[in-house]
Amino acid sequence: MVQYPQGRLDASFAALSDATRRGVLERLGRGDASISDLAEAFQMTLTGMRKHVGVLEQAGLVTTEKVGRVRTCRLGPGRLEDETAWIEDQRRVWDARFDRLEQVVAQRRRKEQDDGHAKRS
Amino acid sequence: MDTRSAAEDTTTMDRTTIERTSEQELVVTRTIDGPRDVVFEAWTDPELFRQWWVPKSYAMTLLSCEIDARVGGGYRLTFDVGAAEPMAFFGRYLEVTPPARLVWTNEEGDDTIVTTVTFEEDQGRTRLVVHDRYSSKEALDEALASGAISWNDETFDQLDELLVDLRTSSRR
Repeated sequence: MVQYPQGRLDASFAALSDATRRGVLERLGRGDASISDLAEAFQMTLTGMRKHVGVLEQAGLVTTEKVGRVRTCRLGPGRLEDETAWIEDQRRVWDARFDRLEQVVAQRRRKEQDDGHAKRS
Repeated sequence: MDTRSAAEDTTTMDRTTIERTSEQELVVTRTIDGPRDVVFEAWTDPELFRQWWVPKSYAMTLLSCEIDARVGGGYRLTFDVGAAEPMAFFGRYLEVTPPARLVWTNEEGDDTIVTTVTFEEDQGRTRLVVHDRYSSKEALDEALASGAISWNDETFDQLDELLVDLRTSSRR
């Protein structure tokens, strides 16, 4: 019953299934970088890194911009939020859930009280 | 009881808190207005459970909810998530001690998560502690990473709307 809301997220999950791509996101979290910076940091060929960045770009996790001969990568709109933000989001889900639980419990008690009166009367 | 004022206590108790208490554990707490036998029933009776488990803004609709809250009994929730196949969440109850404690497994994923819920009554109110234990640090990290992405788009806005509604309707 542990549930994480799903959307059109297959691309994101696929993108995150690879350790290098997760590393690239981590690296971009610290600042923008060019493809060649990234290739060097992860000891890969430019072609290899371009493929990884392409997958991340398709998932909306990274955006790239070519200025002159340099393609700069940065975290995209679907970027990873930090753990604290996620935990706060979960807290709000639970908060909403518990508010409804409280309503259900209140209804239940009213019903029990009504039943109780009915029996006594 | 400590020496803080009652009002302050109530505020603190009401709020839902969530904390990663270790590499493998997430703990959610909240105090619900109502005796714990009723609160416990709301966790174990499928008709009651389905009324509150899924926040309205969730990007999924609960299709079915089976709960057999006995040790060794199973539960199964299915959701319409807009895909061809419904998504199922399922597991088994490891411990059922009414109205104090529930332990179940979450077996839908690669890693089994064990959830423990405790119910403590205090003057007509029930303190809930929901404890999720992941099989490894990596499993929890991964859940955190996927969750962070999931909650980025309009789901977030819907949740905001819901919370505004709830706040408005719960001012009493």
